[in-house]
Amino acid sequence: MSATFRPVAINTFREAVRDRVLYNLVLFALLMIGAAVLVGGVSIGIEQLVIVNLGLSSISIFGLVIAIFIGVGLVYKEIEKRTLYSLLAKPIKRWEFLVGKYAGLLLTLLVNTAFMTLGLAAAFFYVGGRVARADIWILVAIYFILLELALVTALAMFFSCFSSPLLSTLYTLGIYLTGVFAADIRGIGDFTKNPAVLYLTRAIYYVVPNFHNFNAIATAAHGDPIPLALIGQNSLYALLYVTLLLIASAAVFSRRNLK
Amino acid sequence: MNAMSAPAIEIASLTKDYPVGFWRPKMKRSLDNLTFHVEQGEVFGFLGPNGAGKTTTMKLLIGLIFPTSGTARVRGRSIDDVGMHREIGYLPEQPYFYDYLTARELLDYYAQFHGFSAAERRERVTTFLERVGLTAAADVQLRKFSKGMLQRAGIAQAILHDPPVVILDEPMSGLDPIGRREIRDIMLDLKNQGRTVFFSTHILSDAEMLCDRVAVLAGGKLQGVGAPREIVTMKSQAMEILFELREGRALPADLAAQAAKIGPRHRVTVPVDSLYAALEKLRGAEAQILSVSPVHPTLEDYFFTLVGRSAPKRGVEEISR
Repeated sequence: MSATFRPVAINTFREAVRDRVLYNLVLFALLMIGAAVLVGGVSIGIEQLVIVNLGLSSISIFGLVIAIFIGVGLVYKEIEKRTLYSLLAKPIKRWEFLVGKYAGLLLTLLVNTAFMTLGLAAAFFYVGGRVARADIWILVAIYFILLELALVTALAMFFSCFSSPLLSTLYTLGIYLTGVFAADIRGIGDFTKNPAVLYLTRAIYYVVPNFHNFNAIATAAHGDPIPLALIGQNSLYALLYVTLLLIASAAVFSRRNLK
Repeated sequence: MNAMSAPAIEIASLTKDYPVGFWRPKMKRSLDNLTFHVEQGEVFGFLGPNGAGKTTTMKLLIGLIFPTSGTARVRGRSIDDVGMHREIGYLPEQPYFYDYLTARELLDYYAQFHGFSAAERRERVTTFLERVGLTAAADVQLRKFSKGMLQRAGIAQAILHDPPVVILDEPMSGLDPIGRREIRDIMLDLKNQGRTVFFSTHILSDAEMLCDRVAVLAGGKLQGVGAPREIVTMKSQAMEILFELREGRALPADLAAQAAKIGPRHRVTVPVDSLYAALEKLRGAEAQILSVSPVHPTLEDYFFTLVGRSAPKRGVEEISR
């Protein structure tokens, strides 16, 4: 595979850093410090559980906000500001540009998540946590969050190829929430016994990415094991979905007239 | 046809339609069956009023938009071939770059797409920053750049990889006279290096000064192609008479309306076929004829004729200014 996308990825990461996207880490750090101090004072015996729950949820929410709000502008901003004109005059294919933008935001999310994980670890040890074998599931939960963010970023970028940031945000958020509740939506269809509703809810269940499966926060916080099959299944599922979304983005964007 | 013998740019029956309107959009033709070519090594001006289709043509060449019909080739390679982009440098109209980058970072970024090593990039970036006069501002973020500086950074990114064909969309637009002169010098420099420069402009004097050939576009259609002198000599049609009048003598009314007075002298411009009649009238007024000379129409006259507007009247206005 061509490595032409690499400079685009690095530049996208640099833009995020210079636009102070990583400042959210300060907010996360404050949240963790506040929680650690507060939890230490009021909880009895469940400090680590609360900290891990709060930390993982924060990593997920902060990551989602970045993935959606930066993702929806990834392509749109380059077109609007016409920075893309000079770039596409270079020997770079449009799909390589898309892969570069995607990889750049993913790198940003990865770095952001890595720092948050360190923050969570610091808070965990502050409230008396000790390293145990079961803590590996916390890392798996963080891996699942990253898979979820990779999927959301691909969705946001797909919409960014043909839609405004506002609409792209609504579409991405809509699909994300539908995906979180995909199993419940399918349940509604089964419950009503109405064939039309049944087909519709089943279609939604199969088409919309199932984000519910990526949520292992509660399991990890309780130190319960996460099945290896689920790790493999989620990895494959995310890889497949991201690939499909990138192909769809390239198909839409490769013939788009940049007015 | 190989790259050396092929025309630098070859456009054949290029047509572009755009949908206009949200609800039941209609197709609007912005470029209509455009055909011309640019030879290697020439400076070629692309002239036309706003909305003529100049930027559309350039965007088609770069692959930013796609033709409805027709083809174009750069040094024998189809515009669909992204590899062709190694052969071109492009400055968009009113360029905007990543404003969080410094000029050095911007050039280094673009240089990476041409496969230069880190050491080559460092050297090239320094050389080209110097060439466009941005050495002192090399490490300043682009958000602090003036329009002229951005334009120079834009030229630098376009020529950084020594492309044989340079496409510049309105490179002088919005620049002050010094900025325009700097860009002109860079373009002449590129020509002296044997590169092809294809540029669009509104500033006809620049085109007249720089171009080996020009094409005039209006309403998406090609109106004429040729050397500026070749084009304007086709339309030579006026004569200028310089004369003095004796004390107390008055000009015939029709000539008086057109004549301009500078000190003791008068100047009047008349159509070629009215020259003898005008001279006869001046003789009747006992005017002393100082000179009779043909007025060479400028590219501007030709341009205005083609796009269907009247050029500013010469003679009276120019002199009385």
